[in-house]
Parts: sequence; structure tokens; C-alpha cells
Amino acid sequence: MCLAVPGRVEEITDDVALVDFGGVTREASLALVSGASVGDYVLVHAGFAIEILSEAEARETLALFRDLAGALDQDERGRAEEATSDGGEGR
Amino acid sequence: MRDSKTVTLAHGSGGTLMHELIEETVLRRIGNPVLNDLDDSAVVDGLAGHGLEGGRIALTTDSFVVQPLFFPGGDIGKLAVCGTVNDLAMKGARPAYLTLGMIAEEGLPLRDLERALESLAGAAESAGVAVAAGDTKVVERGAVGGLMLNTAGVGFVPESRDLRADRIQDGDEVVVSGTIGDHETAILLAREDFKVSETIESDCAPLNSLVETVIAACPEVRAMRDPTRGGLATTLCELASRAGRRITIDERSVPVAEGVASVCDILGFDPLYMANEGKAVIVVPSGGGEGVVDALRRHELGGSAAVIGTVDSGDGVYMRTAVGGLRPIVMLEGVQLPRIC
Amino acid sequence: MIDQRRFSSEPEARSLVDRIHELVDGPVSLMEVCGTHTVAISRFGLRHLMPSELKLLSGPGCPVCVTPQSDIDRAIALARAPGVVVTTFGDMMRVPGSSSSLERERAEGADVRIVYSPLEAIDVASAEPDKEVVFLGVGFETTSPTVAATVLAAADEGATNLTVLPMFKLVPPALHMLAELPGRALDGFICPGHVSTIIGTDAYAPIVERHNMPCVVVGFEPLDILAGVVMLLEQVRAVRAGGVARVENEYGRAVSGRGNRRAQEVLSRVFDVDDSEWREIGSIEQSGYRFSDEFENYDARARLDVEVEEAVEPTGCICGEIMLGTKLPTDCPLFATRCVPRDPVGPCMVSSEGACAAFYKYERRKT
Repeated sequence: MCLAVPGRVEEITDDVALVDFGGVTREASLALVSGASVGDYVLVHAGFAIEILSEAEARETLALFRDLAGALDQDERGRAEEATSDGGEGR
Repeated sequence: MRDSKTVTLAHGSGGTLMHELIEETVLRRIGNPVLNDLDDSAVVDGLAGHGLEGGRIALTTDSFVVQPLFFPGGDIGKLAVCGTVNDLAMKGARPAYLTLGMIAEEGLPLRDLERALESLAGAAESAGVAVAAGDTKVVERGAVGGLMLNTAGVGFVPESRDLRADRIQDGDEVVVSGTIGDHETAILLAREDFKVSETIESDCAPLNSLVETVIAACPEVRAMRDPTRGGLATTLCELASRAGRRITIDERSVPVAEGVASVCDILGFDPLYMANEGKAVIVVPSGGGEGVVDALRRHELGGSAAVIGTVDSGDGVYMRTAVGGLRPIVMLEGVQLPRIC
Repeated sequence: MIDQRRFSSEPEARSLVDRIHELVDGPVSLMEVCGTHTVAISRFGLRHLMPSELKLLSGPGCPVCVTPQSDIDRAIALARAPGVVVTTFGDMMRVPGSSSSLERERAEGADVRIVYSPLEAIDVASAEPDKEVVFLGVGFETTSPTVAATVLAAADEGATNLTVLPMFKLVPPALHMLAELPGRALDGFICPGHVSTIIGTDAYAPIVERHNMPCVVVGFEPLDILAGVVMLLEQVRAVRAGGVARVENEYGRAVSGRGNRRAQEVLSRVFDVDDSEWREIGSIEQSGYRFSDEFENYDARARLDVEVEEAVEPTGCICGEIMLGTKLPTDCPLFATRCVPRDPVGPCMVSSEGACAAFYKYERRKT
């Protein structure tokens, strides 16, 4: 029950925003969010903005992806170091 | 629910239900070797068997029930020419003549009829075809959404051409002549059901000149189909099934216009299943794809052409997704509905 | 704003997939409870990339799937009633009731209209004052605030011919129920990203505390899902070694700890929490909504009296077990034979993201 799409607020009139979804614009009600401004990115579901998206958080998530994937390399490195210090074969 | 005794909208959507209706209700009663191929148009030996020398002709028919009658990028008149011309062109035929059957509704403004016919005339001239015969009927208010048209078309197939899905072989490449899903997305928005700004245009266009470009670039082209109802996915399923082979496409190669992608995201539609009216899926021998794409990109209707996949042994259609996953592509079941889930 | 495509980058996906393979060294079962996650996993072809010992289960996250058959029958009865216009999300059209569906009723002449936003129901009500307009209120916490806000807007505009049939469900009570089922081998929950936008990650704390069940709130792009799986697998490893489960948030760009307070307030003004019946599962406490006293005039159940046929549950259907993750679609004797998307027996097959429909479309053919 979760189909929501991000878009950029282009205009606000009363409690209604005109949102640009990339080549297409549609109105979205701002009744469920507060403090939205032109230029913000909002998440829109069933014609309502349900959240203002955080660009800072988005960047952190992209960094998170690298961390999560990078853990593999760290493990490998750890095992390689152990093997070397035990005099075993290097990788 | 199995014993539904009425026709439903799903029967017309281009997917499995429509195929079943055709097989079980239509072909069972009027099937014959020519019709049973169910290709875009039927290529027959025009004059042979009638005591005359002659080449092959292609025959086809299509009915146009689009709502609304006028939409960004086209209208029912233009569609009536392009739909039929394209069905002929997909078999390598040179379209020559159309017949035009009109069913108009009492109360249709004459100005609308005139506009549709002006558009039809313009499209016919672009495509180089003439309307050779016609028929007009008027029915009571409310019966046909204002206007319905039927066009039947005849074209001539040069000796050297043999475009058939069963000529497709392992190693062949699949090309699409441009962005997918444009027409149906434009129609959806034109209905004003979803209050999205109308920046999407139908790609309705006659493809016969584009087809000549393809054949000139690659005379050994195996088959062509235009992805109308049911979209690219359905057309690929039909080709794979007819060819008895597997088609694998790469999601990143499939061209989708930004606006179309966004509308589909919002409404929960999949562009792979949205109809076009001015694009072709073209299967060529291995190595021929790039050449065809280059030629297409020089044609005004082929600017976004791309090689999207390959053929090999097996069955079904698969798509390698942008993240490297593999997704089976199946025939549309029923009609796509907007969803919030 | 960041290019969305960065959340689908193949090299990054490959790294995350490698990490997943690294982390799976025995059977693990993770369950998502959101139809959009079910569809996303299938559409991105992610199962193909997963190690065979990792089971990605699809729980009762399809709201139309868990709407009781009697509610579908009531919607159909309303559609048949003269002078009534039924407005609905497209998802509901093909769900089978006891003897029909909204799609079938529309084909037979009933006034059923698909809308993208519940606000469109207000437009219909204003345009046709002589009709009773009913909006089918189905969905989880992502959707129920939009309907609540619509009711407030309708009240503002004085629209008196608009009612809502409230059939909403809440996710956390279902998670408790799932975590408490005996003999279950559930190792973690992929929590629904957009429901969490509304309810906040704090809403999952009781589930983690009561059941020591790892919970990660996950977004809907391919990298979101892969990263969410990595985070859950790391927790599963820790929990199996005697550690404590946590609530984690992969979808920080759209989800906060407290959630959307304004949406929560709108919800609690218009609706009260109530026990609710989940199709093929049974009653779950405090898992649905009824109208609050202030807005009871908008309740279609009370306002519009229709005769609803006796619900006839289909025989052989194991949708309940499939939604609970105890059985796979292929375990059902009816799957792909008697029960197919265009002629479904149970709702799991008809909804575009029901476990069986998704399985039928995407997983049935082995590559």
C-alpha cells in the first residue's frame, strides 16, 4: 500500500502544491505536511504529499550503501591479515 | 466467475483474454489458413489462382474506437490511417489503398467529423495512400462515443520480401524504433481522469517510410511488429512464441520518455505494457542491429531507436533489470489498472 | 535533488548482493508486509540474485487481499444500488467477492469509477448532488490519512452526499500476530517504507522488544531493498549469536522516528482504532479503523443500508497461509490451474501485488 512518488514543489496556492515529477506536473494536497516550500521535494501518494524529503538523508543513504557493501572488503582484508601473520599463504 | 457470459473490457486489451477470445470464439468459426496466422496483415498471392499472373498483396483491417476523439499528437482520423498503414508496412508491404467505414453518432458536431476527416486526409497523404471506398452509417445517441472508424488496407509486397516471425533465429537482435508507451499514456492523460498536465503526445505516425529505411539498411530483416495494445511486452511475447525462441532484453536499453516514465510511476503502470502507434519492433540477423539503428536515427521517426535485446533458444521473454536481476516478461492479463499499492 | 537512478546503480547492487551471499550461511527467512515491496522485488528481478537459503517471504501486505470477503460483497451491493456511485482505487476492481467483482458489476452497468486520489470523490459528489457517492476506504497507514484528510475537506465544503466505507488496516498489530505464530521461522521484518513515513520507526519498537525480532524500515528502489536485506542479515547474525534485535531505518530520506505527526493527528480526529477482520486470517485486535463520533455521518456502513449476500468462502483456497508466509503459492493445489489472474479464486491472485499474482507473473518460469 505504498506507491508514492517523489516530486519537486513548483508552486503553492493555499494548501495545494503543483508538483513536478519529471516531465509531468500534478497537483498535490499539502494537508498532511507542514512547512513545505517551493523547491522542496515531497513524496506524493494518492494526490497528497505525505512527507518532505530530506536531501541530506538521501546522501547519507547513498553513503550507507557503500558502507554496507564495503564491509565485505573489510572482512576479506581482516582475514588476509590474519593469514599473513600466521605465516599462512597470502591471498 | 468462469462462466461470465458477457464481453468485458479485458477482452479488448490486447492480452491473454483477447487472444483467447480470438482463438476460441472467432477462429473456431471463421478460421482459415490465411487468417490463422494472426499477423499484422495477411500476405496472399493476389492474382494467382484467379487465372492471372501477379505478386503478393497484403490485406488488413482495423477498427478505431479511441476516446477521446482528439488527443495530443493525433485523433481518431489520423489513427485510422496510421494503424492500418502500419499493419501493412510491418509485413514489408507498400500500402496503396484504404477503405473507410464510418459509424457516427447522432449529435456528433459536424465540425468534429470535419476535423477528423481533415486529419485522416493529411495522414493518408503523408503515407502515400488513397481512400478508395467507404461507407457511412449513423446510429443513435450514446452508441459509439461520438464516432467509430474502420479502415481496411491493401498493399503490395515486393518479391524479395518475406517478413515472418518464424524466420527468426538464434543470435538475432531485437531493435525498437523509439520510445515506448507514448500513445497509451497520452490517451490516459487526455481523458482527464488523473489531472496530470498534458505534456505527453501520442506517437501516432505512419511507419511505411521508416520500414523502407530499415529494409534498405538490412534486407535480411526477419520480422517486424508494431507494439500496439498490450505494449512492447506483449509484442515480444507474441514474437517469441511465434518464433519458438527466447528473447532477452536489457532494461537499460529500452527507451522510455521521461514524462511517460513519470506518469507510469505515479499511476502504477508499467510502460512495457502501454501501447504505441508509431513504433516498430524489428528483428534482424546477428550483427545487423547497429546498422539498422544508425539508419533509423537518421529518419525523423526513429530518433530514439536502440538495440534492446537478443534471441536465443528456449522460450519466453526475459528482461535483465537495471541492477542486474532477471525478470520474466509475460503477456498482459486483462487490463492494466491504476493502483496505489 | 539526488538523481533517483543512483538508487539503481548496478555496480553498487552487485556489491550489496555479494555482501548478502557473504552473510547467508544457513536458512534465513525475511518477510515483507507491503504489496509495493512484493512488486518491487519481482520487478527488479532480485530473487534471481539471492542465495537459495535466503527466503524472501511475502506477508499480508496487500490491503485488498486482506479486506474481508463480506466487505467486498458490501462494496458490490453498494455498486448495484440505484443512485449510488462507487469511487475506488483501481486495486479493488478485480478482487473477487462471493459471486462477482466490481469490474464485473461495472461491465453490467453499475456506476463504479476509478480514482487516483480520494479527493476526486469530493468532485464527483459536488458534480452529482442527487447521487450518493461512496469511497472505498482500503489501505494501510500510508493511505488512511489521505482519506481522513478527504473527509475533513468534505466536511469543510459541506458535501453531504459523500460517505466512506472504512476497511483500513494497521501494520504493527499484524507484525505482532506474525511474530507470535507458533512454529514460525521468521528471522526478520522488511518494514514498509511509506507506512513508516506516517507511523515512524518508533512504532516498531514494541515488536523488537517483545519478540527480539529484527526490523528494518526499507525504501523501494533496488539498492534500498538490497541494503535493507544486508542490514537485516547482519542483525540476524547478531541475534543468533545471542544479541539483541533493533529497529533500523534504511529509508531515512523519507522516514523519521516519530513519523508524520500531522497525518497522525488527522487520522485520530476522523477515525478510532478498532478490532478488524483480515481475510483468510481472522480477527486481529486494534488493527483497523471505525469512524470517530464526530464524523460518523461519513460512515457508509451506517448511512447506506444495503443487503449484503452471505459470504461464501472459496474451497481449497490457502490464501491465508500464503499471506502468513507458511505456504508458497506453489503449495496451493489451485495455483495456476483453477486459480489464475484473470479467473482468481482468492485475492492473493487477483491483486497486482498479491503473493500469488506476483509469483505467477514473475517467478513461475524457472530460468
